[in-house]
Amino acid sequence: MVVFLIRRLLAGILLVILVASATYIMLNYTGSDVARNIVGETATPEQALAKAAELGLNRPLGVRYFDWLGTTLSGDLGKSWFNNVPVSTTLLNGLPVTLSIIFGALLLSALVSVVLGSLAALRAGWFDKTVQASAVLADSIPGFLVALVLAMVVAVNLGWLPATGFVPFQRSAVEWLRSITLPSIALAFGATAATTQQLRGSMLDVLKLDYVRTLRSRGLSDGRIVFKHVLRNAAPPAVTVLSLQFIGLVGGAVIVEKVFGLRGIGSIATSAAVQGDAPVVLGVVIVMVLIVVVVNLIADLAYGWLNPKVRAE
Amino acid sequence: MTVPPIDGTVAAAAASGETARRRHIVVRLLQDPVAICCIVVLLLLTAASVLAPFLTDQDPIKSSLAETLAPMSQQHPLGADGVGRDVVARLLYGGQTSLAAACVAVLVAFAVGVPAGLFGGYYRGRADAILAWASNFIMAVPAIIILLVVMAAVSQSTYVAMAVLGLIVSPSVYRLVRASVVSVREELFVDAAKVSGLSDARIMRRHILPVVQAPSIIQAAQIFGVSIGIQAGIAFLGLGSPTEASWGAMLNDAFANIYSAPLLLLWPALIICMTTASLALLANSLRDTLSGSRRRPTRRSDRVRDASSSSEGSAPADFADVADDVLLAVDNLMVDYPVDGGRRTVVDGVSLTVCRGQVLGLVGESGSGKSQTAFSLLGLLPPEARVSAGRLLFDGVELKGLGRSAMNRLRGKRIAYVPQEPMSNLDPSFTIGSQLAEPVRQHMKVSAKEAKTLLLALLERVGINDPARVYSSYPHQISGGMAQRVLIAGAISCDPDLLIADEPTTALDVTVQAEILDLIRSLQAERNMGVILVTHDFGVVADICDRVAVMHTGKIVETASVQDLFSAPQDAYTRMLLSSTLEDAKPRSPLKSTPKLPKRAQTA
Repeated sequence: MVVFLIRRLLAGILLVILVASATYIMLNYTGSDVARNIVGETATPEQALAKAAELGLNRPLGVRYFDWLGTTLSGDLGKSWFNNVPVSTTLLNGLPVTLSIIFGALLLSALVSVVLGSLAALRAGWFDKTVQASAVLADSIPGFLVALVLAMVVAVNLGWLPATGFVPFQRSAVEWLRSITLPSIALAFGATAATTQQLRGSMLDVLKLDYVRTLRSRGLSDGRIVFKHVLRNAAPPAVTVLSLQFIGLVGGAVIVEKVFGLRGIGSIATSAAVQGDAPVVLGVVIVMVLIVVVVNLIADLAYGWLNPKVRAE
Repeated sequence: MTVPPIDGTVAAAAASGETARRRHIVVRLLQDPVAICCIVVLLLLTAASVLAPFLTDQDPIKSSLAETLAPMSQQHPLGADGVGRDVVARLLYGGQTSLAAACVAVLVAFAVGVPAGLFGGYYRGRADAILAWASNFIMAVPAIIILLVVMAAVSQSTYVAMAVLGLIVSPSVYRLVRASVVSVREELFVDAAKVSGLSDARIMRRHILPVVQAPSIIQAAQIFGVSIGIQAGIAFLGLGSPTEASWGAMLNDAFANIYSAPLLLLWPALIICMTTASLALLANSLRDTLSGSRRRPTRRSDRVRDASSSSEGSAPADFADVADDVLLAVDNLMVDYPVDGGRRTVVDGVSLTVCRGQVLGLVGESGSGKSQTAFSLLGLLPPEARVSAGRLLFDGVELKGLGRSAMNRLRGKRIAYVPQEPMSNLDPSFTIGSQLAEPVRQHMKVSAKEAKTLLLALLERVGINDPARVYSSYPHQISGGMAQRVLIAGAISCDPDLLIADEPTTALDVTVQAEILDLIRSLQAERNMGVILVTHDFGVVADICDRVAVMHTGKIVETASVQDLFSAPQDAYTRMLLSSTLEDAKPRSPLKSTPKLPKRAQTA
């Protein structure tokens, strides 16, 4: 298990480096003249050239790449080309926002899918059919459309929750919760649908197994059997699906942040990508892939914890 | 809005399904009203987009300040957007971009995924490992982030973005195709084709591609839906060429005017949802058609129905030794299952009695209904089973019509069960101790500590040398014989009056079988339990039973004491069964000369 985790961790680090490198090369191969963008349309060509030299853009791509790789691996993400703020500072400002909503969504998906998936597996009939049909539909509807509807109805028309903005946890826990509720719900939609379907399916498979009948023969109640034994045994594939869905959550956060006017990593990525602010874009890519890698590691750990056979190895 | 998951079940279903049936799938699909609606919606959307120039004379791109946010009118049936462009025209022309770009994504995903899957699944080995590795890598990257970078750095075109998206989701196609190829490759006809000298390319084309076809259509529909959603997402973020009308770009414009003209948001949102939902529902109904979705049974079988009025097929009740010590009296028990166009009866009017301290053997060939009889007494049949009985008396209490919770108070506490296959009857995720302690604590109302003390003593009693170690072990850490002892300990842990053992030795080594039988017999004598022992083995019957009921095709053909049955079998079927058993008797069985009768039966 330990060896397996170390291998996964190394593969994760390799993934971050590969994705960041590909991004770097793509960003630096573009036709758009970054120096020109920064100094503005009214500047002279000399000013643009000077800016390019200042940013080191006049050196060959290979030299620049290895230079960048070295500083990045040492933990230095550089400074924004546009406002000279260190990328790490920008990211640290955005990270609490994004982490709040994606982990809020993850928690919500896990809870709701356990409840709906178990009940659907337990009760054949109209409830099961409704859950299945809703899951197919919820999975198909783009999350940001849900976000738009929630923003308009719950926040703007009903005024129950704030439509925009983020309140840090340190300032007020209640306001923080209120500010991330709608974005998390919007984000959780698709992941919940997929995980519910998986959980329902694997619980139905487990319900057919011999040991469930034996547990029943001992007089344990249905609820106890389903929520303790069946759920525990059906959980590993659902954990895998949820960890795959998490990748989607990270991407979805980019759009949901725009809907709710949140200044998170996603918004930072969007504006940096539009401007062509390469250091910031690279910083975002590295952080996002790192988050995915860490969450997948946690999912591996959870998988091992849920499965005694894996744990023993 | 995530990469569609790989559907192993569909791949497997398609692989195992007969290829000849494929033609009917389209026909069957067209019998599903949901599928028809989805196809109609998608066709209408496509037609409307293609025919856009004929349906409207408005320009979807050119802005007009004068008509900013124009209301609905003759000229603009749905009004105009934030820069004065006609909403209808943008919906129609936007459909062209959105649908065509989604096609690009699907094409790229299949162009990359299908060859990779065929190659990896067919040749396996190192290439397969590298492909699997690469696909894991690609799947771990959030698609939207990559698209942001590509659109910012390489091209603003939606088509380029969707080609990249196709690349990003291609691992899902690769996995599907690979899974199908691997399962087809195991099939015999591929080997046969290889032996008969067909080339690999020909085998792939003739035998493998047809199998992959149907699940691929599902996958394509899913990818199509996902790309419509993601496309809309990136356009909504403001990335995308301003010269392309698209549904996402409409959302972006509408979002800017969300307070002044909220309706603008409705139209593109509606049309996007319609498209993606139709695709998802279509994929879903295709999957159902493919896997021949079975309807889940809704009835619960816990409650046994009354059948006292029905007289058909009732065997004469065995009340030879009816007395105060009758523990279980079953009258006219029937079990049937739904089959195509009717019901199949598996237990047909069974009547039996078990006395306190008596071992009743329920003997018969497989499929004779003996296990079904045992399960129905415990209320453990699958939900689709229908159980009825004229009388089902347990210790004077009528079990018929008993609710689930009342049944749960009896099960485990007063009626216990020992299963056939020890290893599959322990929950692999919990320690043996924890799963044994659960019912003990519930039925005996004792603390965790008391339950543990009790169970450790019991584990020792059933012949486990190191009870503490077994108690804290997981099922995969102990042997089959040990597991059966554990299950027996679990069954007797609450001191039941009746033990129902379903072929408790069949799955065990011959050497262990005798020990387990001795254990059951000694526990039975020690606790004066009534036992129903389901078996097909007359050796087992001779070893430990007092009375025997012989079952054949759901009916009891003969009930007798062990002595009588072996010395003078009455029924022709019993005689046949006995003689065949004697011919095949194992060397250790003493049956050949004179049946060794258990002590209790001899003294009785």
